[in-house]
Amino acid sequence: MAHQTSLDFSKNAARAQADADLQSALAKLQRDTRLARPVITGRLPEFEDLRDRAVAIKDHTLANLDHYLEAFEANVTDAGGHVHWCNDAGGARETILQICRDTDAKIVGKGKSMVSEEIALNDYLIAHGLEVVETDLGEYILQLREETPSHVVMPAIHLKKEQIAETFRDHHTTLDPDRPLDVPSDMTEEARTKLREKFLAADVGITGANMLIAETGSIVVVTNEGNGDLTQTLPRVHIVIAAIEKVVPRVEDALSILRILARSATGQEITCYTTFATGPKRPDDLDGPEEFHLILLDNGRTKLLEGEFRDVLRCIRCGACQSACPVYGAVGGHAYGGVYGGPIGAVLTPALDGIDKAWPLPEASSFCGNCEAVCPMRIPLPGLMRRWRDIAHKEKLNKAGARRGLALWAWAAQRPALYRFGARIALRLLKTLSGRRGYLRRVPLAGGWTTARDLPAPEGGTFIDRWQKESRGKTQSNTAGNTAGNTAGNTAGKTGS
Amino acid sequence: MTARDDILGRIRTATNRPEGAGPPPAPEYANRPLIPARARGTPAELTRRFIAMAIEVDISIDRVAEAGGIGAAIAAWLSAEGLPDRAVVSPDPAMDAYGLDDAPGLTIHRGATWGDDLVSITPTIAGIAETGSIMVTTGPGTPYTLNFLPETHIAIVHVDRIVGGYEDAWARVRSNEETGAALPRTVTMITGPSRSSDIEREVTVGVHGPKRLHIVLVGDIESGTDGKKI
Repeated sequence: MAHQTSLDFSKNAARAQADADLQSALAKLQRDTRLARPVITGRLPEFEDLRDRAVAIKDHTLANLDHYLEAFEANVTDAGGHVHWCNDAGGARETILQICRDTDAKIVGKGKSMVSEEIALNDYLIAHGLEVVETDLGEYILQLREETPSHVVMPAIHLKKEQIAETFRDHHTTLDPDRPLDVPSDMTEEARTKLREKFLAADVGITGANMLIAETGSIVVVTNEGNGDLTQTLPRVHIVIAAIEKVVPRVEDALSILRILARSATGQEITCYTTFATGPKRPDDLDGPEEFHLILLDNGRTKLLEGEFRDVLRCIRCGACQSACPVYGAVGGHAYGGVYGGPIGAVLTPALDGIDKAWPLPEASSFCGNCEAVCPMRIPLPGLMRRWRDIAHKEKLNKAGARRGLALWAWAAQRPALYRFGARIALRLLKTLSGRRGYLRRVPLAGGWTTARDLPAPEGGTFIDRWQKESRGKTQSNTAGNTAGNTAGNTAGKTGS
Repeated sequence: MTARDDILGRIRTATNRPEGAGPPPAPEYANRPLIPARARGTPAELTRRFIAMAIEVDISIDRVAEAGGIGAAIAAWLSAEGLPDRAVVSPDPAMDAYGLDDAPGLTIHRGATWGDDLVSITPTIAGIAETGSIMVTTGPGTPYTLNFLPETHIAIVHVDRIVGGYEDAWARVRSNEETGAALPRTVTMITGPSRSSDIEREVTVGVHGPKRLHIVLVGDIESGTDGKKI
């Protein structure tokens, strides 16, 4: 599936905002998330401590990644599995195709895997003659519609049930065209029947992994549907594709992370199925795959490990930052163009696809800090987006007008007297222009802002003037100090709210 | 240079770890387990918590005092629910003591399943109070498919196998050099029937795996021990 280019972000965003169905779906997601989160985290008093623990686990693992990957590899091999190291998307695709060919595979069943989206695996295998069937209900719907996931854990969040019913009627042509498909359970039942045939016929099952455990050589796959389990156990061959940052040292570490994963992703205590699988079928087992292959993929991770973006490798792909982000909530995941939408996409896509293509994504943030506040792995997403903005600015990738504006502002900000004078003039000008209405419909150079809303006219002097006045009015400067602190601390103040 | 050498080389450069640096010292948290308080309690408390948490995730629960009464209880439940009276049973010797073979109104066969069976009956390694989950493993007597392909999964949980947290359940399946026990191919924590909210975030049950997960709890839940009258 071809991804839209990131450079279209503003065009994509405008289109998304005009899409009433998408807007209602996103509003529901954000409302549900806001309501569910305090309930689910409130039930587990240890939640914040577990976040700290998870961060410590990942930081320790990343700092010693070579050791844990080698240990993991040795244990997979001991259990009878095969590990294939791949530098990039091309290497991983070829390796997987070769395994499919070696086993004469015709049908491939697939579990949900974001990393397989990253390497556009389905298109490649289909182009080489294989039938590939996505088995996660959401991903299956998207495959029929030739669309990409718009949320990490709720891939079809952008679709209405009527659209899905139409897709099923178009594709499941052997069924009665007049059958009822009015409620989600009708469609779930139909997908169950259709996909059951595929599960049983598949020669190869491909899944991702939520974690890899070094001490046992196990993979961890979590699903609610059970599709990951059927995919990895019914076919003759199981191929796991996982990026190198998925490894954790011990089972206990995986259990700690599991305690925050589902709670952050879907608001469940734990997903329905959490499976730890180690190697292929044992001699006396009655079922299970004959072969177990593990693709260990770099695809840009070692580059992130090197420097200031290392923290993003803690990501466990729960999608909490997407569900909580007001920008994602306004435009949806597809507007971001890359594989990952929302704040995590704004940080990852520039690394995966290049900042030259993806520079608009880190711009798509109000830096409200919601993403960092909910991220179970405490990834400083706003800070990392700010770093990308810096890089894009230095490489002159952002718009010339924006750069000129910033240069002008920087010049003025270094001349406080001039800055205050200019601010007072601008303030008075805006107030005059607003007339008796008290708001402005249009503001020069801010057309993007005022197309969708009016700008309230400024009242009562500039911030600095008011602050000084209030400070003078009080012998204790506590109140003013707090006010200033709250206004200035745009991200820090939000944390924990 | 293989891709393996490339990747490990880049990792070592990025993390300043020379080749052959050996295992890192154990991290500070390694000996400080962080287990939620809700995973602690007396056996009776944990049993009650297990039941409450399991019901929350749409698991139905039946209780029997003695293992020998399991077959009759299952036959009665299947009949009451209008479900088929034929079931596939894990070929685990432990299942022989459950009165499954001669329960009136229940026909069973033992083995793996390839999708033709509508009801399965399996043992469990543990019931986990923390989240109302059951732990199942793959082995010669416990095929994996029984947990996933049938529409109704009936799991037997002995009250003295109810543990507090995930770690306690894991202690039962880890490999052990002294006893020669190996980690099973799969260890699965199951928490309710298969479900999806992929269509408009509305929860629907029975997407790929079982539509019903029914637990038969064996033993005295007041004392949290097996084999006594309730």
